[in-house]
Amino acid sequence: MNIKVRYFASMRDRMGRAEDTVSVDGDTITVTDLWKKASGGQDLPASTLIAVNMEYTDSAHAVKNGDEVAFFPPVTGG
Amino acid sequence: MNDKSMVGLSHEEIQRYSRHLLLPEVGLEGQKKLKSASVLIIGAGGLGSPIAMYLAAAGIGRIGLVDMDVVEESNLQRQIIHDSDRTGELKTESARRSIARINPFVQVDTYCEKFTAENALNIARDYDIIIDGADNFPTRYLVNDVCVILGKPNVYGSILRFEGQASVFSAKHGPCYRCLYPEPPPEDLAPNCAEGGVIGVLPGMIGTIQANEAIKIIIGKGTPLYNRLLVLDALDMRFREMKISKNPDCSLCGNTPTITALIDSQYYCGITPKSGEYRMDRNEFISPYELAEKLDNDDVLLVDVRSPEEHAIFAIENSISIPLQELTARVGELNKQRDIVIYCKSGIRGAKAVEFLNAEGFARVRNLDGGIAAWAKEVDREIPGY
Ligand SMILES: [Zn+2]
Repeated sequence: MNIKVRYFASMRDRMGRAEDTVSVDGDTITVTDLWKKASGGQDLPASTLIAVNMEYTDSAHAVKNGDEVAFFPPVTGG
Repeated sequence: MNDKSMVGLSHEEIQRYSRHLLLPEVGLEGQKKLKSASVLIIGAGGLGSPIAMYLAAAGIGRIGLVDMDVVEESNLQRQIIHDSDRTGELKTESARRSIARINPFVQVDTYCEKFTAENALNIARDYDIIIDGADNFPTRYLVNDVCVILGKPNVYGSILRFEGQASVFSAKHGPCYRCLYPEPPPEDLAPNCAEGGVIGVLPGMIGTIQANEAIKIIIGKGTPLYNRLLVLDALDMRFREMKISKNPDCSLCGNTPTITALIDSQYYCGITPKSGEYRMDRNEFISPYELAEKLDNDDVLLVDVRSPEEHAIFAIENSISIPLQELTARVGELNKQRDIVIYCKSGIRGAKAVEFLNAEGFARVRNLDGGIAAWAKEVDREIPGY
């Protein structure tokens, strides 16, 4: 299955791109594992807001085919 | 929003606010609510500028401003409440003068001090709504915590580069900021505008959204941004909206809160807002004078770990550019046998680079104390501040 992944703010700089399409074996994957796959094995930084299909969720959420997963690091500028 | 039946509008005010009075959603009643309302704005910077200017123009009765900074040249590209001739002036005073010119009917109360766990409750208590236009995490967490403790809406906005976020946090109606981000993040995950840059109109776009939310809450019309995080990508010009909800485990507004009093977060989470606090071993630093001497006499490799954009603005002569993010990948370019001096803007990124290189087995590496900012002050006065 294919999952669309989007990176925001400093996450976008860190990854060097705004989005990915990650192909995954099986019909479900947790957000944590999806991140690992997308980032080449890195741990998900602690302060990251996760949204699946633009709804706030946690890293244990099971992602399914066609879902869009977005990672939002905190933004502090004012 | 007390005694709204008591306030009246003068002829002059009726003329001034006539386009509001014509709106069924505002009308005379709404305008009186605005006049009776008090709004506290944290930060008189990028976001604070349009927020204060539009709320003043809209006829908010009392506006409070918290900021301890002075106006700098580098603020003027976006902080439009401050004029070019106000550099060096306190932001709170500069903003007060601008507001008086926009609308003399507005009372402005200024707090030229740091918003801290000690003074926050006393300052915020007297206001109906708090608007977060802060530029750092400790203040943002404090604003959030004060609002939850006092039961006041926190009209949130933040910006970086071309991206912005806005929401209204109100523990009564939905999540607080800690529900989304329980603790302040590690520094490298969240650069501020001074490190990351920001497009000048962005605070105008996010700040006016915040001002509009505050007005809607005061007049009690429309649908506030409760339970929604609005995310703006101004580069692709896309607004996205994320559904957010209360976290039952939130340490502040959840079912079993563990935070029951205000804390200054930099003291418990390791966030250090100023470079001076990122001290390690003194041996790992080199002063600007010492470096100048060393450059004249010895063989030393100077490495700039700032971004390529910063390097292009101005760099110390004969330094090479390896941005901090690329250091891991490019460490092979450096020779362990050579004396190496690292520098960044103010010393924080440099300290991280030194820490990393030490761990990689580099023993002869030091960090320029105070970064290129200190170098500009003490050695090369031709370098502009940025
Ligand atoms: Zn909460």
